[in-house]
Amino acid sequence: MKISENWLREWVNPDISSDDLVAQITLAGLEVDEVLPVASEFSGVVVGEIIGAEPHPNADKLQVCQVSDGIETFQVVCGAPNARPGIKIPFAKIGAVLGADFKIKKAKLRQVESFGMLCSASELGLSDDHDGIMELPAAAKAGEDFRAFLNLDDQIIDVDLTPNRSDCLSVAGLAREVGVLNKVDVTPVAIAPVDVASNDTFPVRIDAEDACPRYLGRVVRGVDVKAQTPLWMVEKLRRSGIRSIDPIVDITNYVMLELGQPMHAFDLANLSGSIVVRMANKDEKIVLLDGQEVALRDDTLVIADEKTPLAIAGVMGGEGSGVNEGTKDIFLESAFFAPLSLAGKARSYGLHTDSSHRFERGVDATLQERALERATALVVEIAGGQVGPVTSVVNEASLPEVALVTLRRKKLDQYLAMSIDKDLVTDILTRLGLEMIEVTDEVWTTRVPSHRFDIAIEADLIEEVARIYGYDNLPSSMPQAAVNFTPLSETKTQIQVMRSILVSQGYQEAVTYSFIDPVLSKQFLPNIEPVPLANPISADMGVMRPSLVPGLVKAYLYNQNRQQPRVRLFETGRRFIGSVEALAELDQQQQVAGLIAGARHAEAWYHGSEKVDFYDLKAHIEALFALNDGGKPTYERSNCEFLHPGRSADIFLDGEFVGLMGELHPQLSKDLGANQPIYIFDVALNAVLNAKLPEYEAVSRFPEVRRDLALLVDRSVPVSELERVISEVAGDAFKSVLVFDVYQGQGIDDTKKSVALGLTWQHPSHTLSDEEVNSSVERTVMALSEQLGAVVRG
Amino acid sequence: MENLKQILADALSAVATSESESALDDVRVHYLGKKGALTALLKQLGNVSAEDRPKFGQLVNEAKGQVQEKITERKASLAKAALDAKLATETIDISLSGKGQEVGGLHPVTRTMERIETFFRGIGFDVAAGPEIEDDYHNFEALNIPAHHPARAMQDTFYFNPSTVLRTHTSPVQVRTMETTQPPIRIICPGRVYRCDSDQTHTPMFHQVEGLLIDENISFADLKGILQQFLNVFFEDDLKVRFRPSYFPFTEPSIEVDIMRTNSKGEESWLEVLGCGMVHPKVLEMSGIDSEKYTGFAFGMGVERFAMLRYKVDDLRMFFENDLRFLKQFK
Repeated sequence: MKISENWLREWVNPDISSDDLVAQITLAGLEVDEVLPVASEFSGVVVGEIIGAEPHPNADKLQVCQVSDGIETFQVVCGAPNARPGIKIPFAKIGAVLGADFKIKKAKLRQVESFGMLCSASELGLSDDHDGIMELPAAAKAGEDFRAFLNLDDQIIDVDLTPNRSDCLSVAGLAREVGVLNKVDVTPVAIAPVDVASNDTFPVRIDAEDACPRYLGRVVRGVDVKAQTPLWMVEKLRRSGIRSIDPIVDITNYVMLELGQPMHAFDLANLSGSIVVRMANKDEKIVLLDGQEVALRDDTLVIADEKTPLAIAGVMGGEGSGVNEGTKDIFLESAFFAPLSLAGKARSYGLHTDSSHRFERGVDATLQERALERATALVVEIAGGQVGPVTSVVNEASLPEVALVTLRRKKLDQYLAMSIDKDLVTDILTRLGLEMIEVTDEVWTTRVPSHRFDIAIEADLIEEVARIYGYDNLPSSMPQAAVNFTPLSETKTQIQVMRSILVSQGYQEAVTYSFIDPVLSKQFLPNIEPVPLANPISADMGVMRPSLVPGLVKAYLYNQNRQQPRVRLFETGRRFIGSVEALAELDQQQQVAGLIAGARHAEAWYHGSEKVDFYDLKAHIEALFALNDGGKPTYERSNCEFLHPGRSADIFLDGEFVGLMGELHPQLSKDLGANQPIYIFDVALNAVLNAKLPEYEAVSRFPEVRRDLALLVDRSVPVSELERVISEVAGDAFKSVLVFDVYQGQGIDDTKKSVALGLTWQHPSHTLSDEEVNSSVERTVMALSEQLGAVVRG
Repeated sequence: MENLKQILADALSAVATSESESALDDVRVHYLGKKGALTALLKQLGNVSAEDRPKFGQLVNEAKGQVQEKITERKASLAKAALDAKLATETIDISLSGKGQEVGGLHPVTRTMERIETFFRGIGFDVAAGPEIEDDYHNFEALNIPAHHPARAMQDTFYFNPSTVLRTHTSPVQVRTMETTQPPIRIICPGRVYRCDSDQTHTPMFHQVEGLLIDENISFADLKGILQQFLNVFFEDDLKVRFRPSYFPFTEPSIEVDIMRTNSKGEESWLEVLGCGMVHPKVLEMSGIDSEKYTGFAFGMGVERFAMLRYKVDDLRMFFENDLRFLKQFK
């Protein structure tokens, strides 16, 4: 909410500087967003009167005006079409400075001398209006300094109020708060009932009593909607960011800003039968003030007459029933709508108005009559008219209850870790408008004022005391608590350790969005229906990612297109598979995924630019699982749609699928615009982080024996099968097997490959004899031949 | 005798001028070998008078020893010179880079999160995690934000359906913890959160770390103390901090924390970095915690904001572009 500081100071004027005032309001929890000047910087501008205007002899669009400053007359050449004798205008005299450094000097325009400039509102930083010079009321006194005349040594305070403090959405409310903070009196505007000049009333009926506990209205006949809204009001409205429309609308806006009560004025001639406050009928239509037609829902409170809805209650009036140029008689509305019945309604129609903003957060339920009297008085003062009596329909039962809230000394002291003097607490609460029902050493029982409907429980009172006392004045300490040691798990690796494994393999960590393009999702995983957002930020962020891979591939492409062909990226995060209709079963598992592409090593002096392949990636996977010995993964051919069918693997741990790895399918890779093979892995984070507690096994004192075997087998036989068979038959003393060469190509049958294995035996309690080892080797060779068709190379 | 002196002098000179091991060998054979010059002198002992014989024999033996010693010395010095010469040819350019994999790095958001976690782990907080697709109850209702509460407009929410959302904060993890644990509770909840907002200063996804401490007798002073300490530790600076009243539906009182920043011109200004407050009694009660017995505080911070301040990143969107030229700056 924007408000003029001078206006605020009319109500409450503590002896502190503007800067201090702003800081004080902010520190009381009413955050000041910014402080703005009410006009540009300028000096030397006075109220001038045009006393003569002749066409310029040498220019069609210019006039030569005679301008009086009340003492002297100056000749001024002016291009504004509205310059004419008899009007008062802002007059920048010779020597005036507009803005930072625009100095007004004597000038010659097309051979005619000009002594000064007549100003538009935009030239003075008052508005964007530059359609001619600014016209001032006839009562303005020629020669008066223009800044003083418009009270421009003022600033706009823009307060960003939190939703609980709607009581401060008015000058009156802010003034109340400033009064409390400075312990100074507030001078409210005097409001007295206006003399009733007629018996004219218009009937009001409330059909929705819970939503509208109070509705006040009155008829004023014979108003002059063409009357000028006084400049002081136009200026206050302007400083609050509201444009002047006509005197009636201006007054309703003014009272809202002044007191916090949103109001509305109907053209009485357009009302039929009576005002009916009711819920809308389904699909009933209304054309709103902003010109749009809206189909209403039956959860929406409307102000209607006997025929048709006239306004969405508390949100916006209708086009057909409002005050217009031809309006003579008006019906002024001042109502209280229950916040809950209006909450979210404006938003649901795509609307947000000053009125809905206030009603949703809450308006003082006792304010309506005062606001109506204040508005009536202003109408009479500015636009005239005969005032009818107030029609008031109230449903006491649905008005908000006035709460009694008790604050206990014990709780206050415990919350704040200090004891604030009893009288000071009483004083703070009293100044805030709370009525003391009972005050003892143990409790303050208070009645909450109608404007502080946000106060409902003890903690609210603690906050009020703390806030006014000043958060910065409260003590600070470190909490004391029994030290509670939790067992140090060694079977769960810290995620940090896993990250550093990948970092040391050259990976940069990436963070990609959790939502991706549904098209991309389908390109990778055609058989998974990704979880769609109802209101995505854009179509290409429309679904939750079913895998981290598409995001990483996108990140790869981003870098490829920026001359960064060597990429190693990893990411940890959730993937989402399932349906929100079965939220509990929705898979939101944490994954770790990685991508490598390009040269194996950064290009350097000591080697060529050999590219990464499947086995580079596999080394990284092995490093991840070796990290904690949580189990040795096994690999099986993957049939994942987005991977190369011959160069991809599903990863299993203890027989359970935990992830996959491999080359991105070349077709997909090409479709996406990748210019080299991309290798990815995607593994369940838990599988990687699970660890085994190491357990010591005695180291044998006896020597190891190694025998090497060179085998010829079918290419289709995986080496892991050879290893499996060996470990099954090589005997108790068998320790390990390593693969030290794999060859296929020239010199051997093209359906075969040669595999060289080194087998190691070691017995825990004796030195192995040649016979023992030889028999193991024979057994092994036999089994390999029988089970896998392996032949020892001669 | 004259003869001996001459032979010795010749032998020593021959040793000194030998330039290889084989030349030295030749010298040795020539003087000390079976038919060597000095050996021959010994064979002539018979021609010496019996009186002079022992002395002459001693002199010849000393001469032989001296020659042998010089040969050994010369050998060692030749070997050393040869090694030096060989090593000299092996000299390499030590300014070239090492061989191997260049090291990667963590994302600045992760680095920042780890710093935050390290502080709070150090004072006994555990790290908790929870789902990102959340139900309305845990994201809003249980935090005292009923349907249509104006506070819902403070957070632009991504919806899947009217009762399922992308969590707008990590607070639902706190709720889930309170539902299953009785105090004392000390947790922090780092993670991704989502708001339907995208411009210069907002990304639809960002990271938060929220914390919760519930115990008997936890006060506002504890909250101030911990957060002041945290900010000083995180920024490695004795920061000017202010605590300003604010509003969150799930805390009462609610506080925003500002730190004083000084720009390059030396101008000071406050910058909001944290939201926090004493946990609202309703929030405790809804999750089954006795609000008469226990009090607590909660706080939350945007990780990206801390990362931006810490690493002087001026464009929020860089965090999610995954541009290697950006990421590689964080090693």
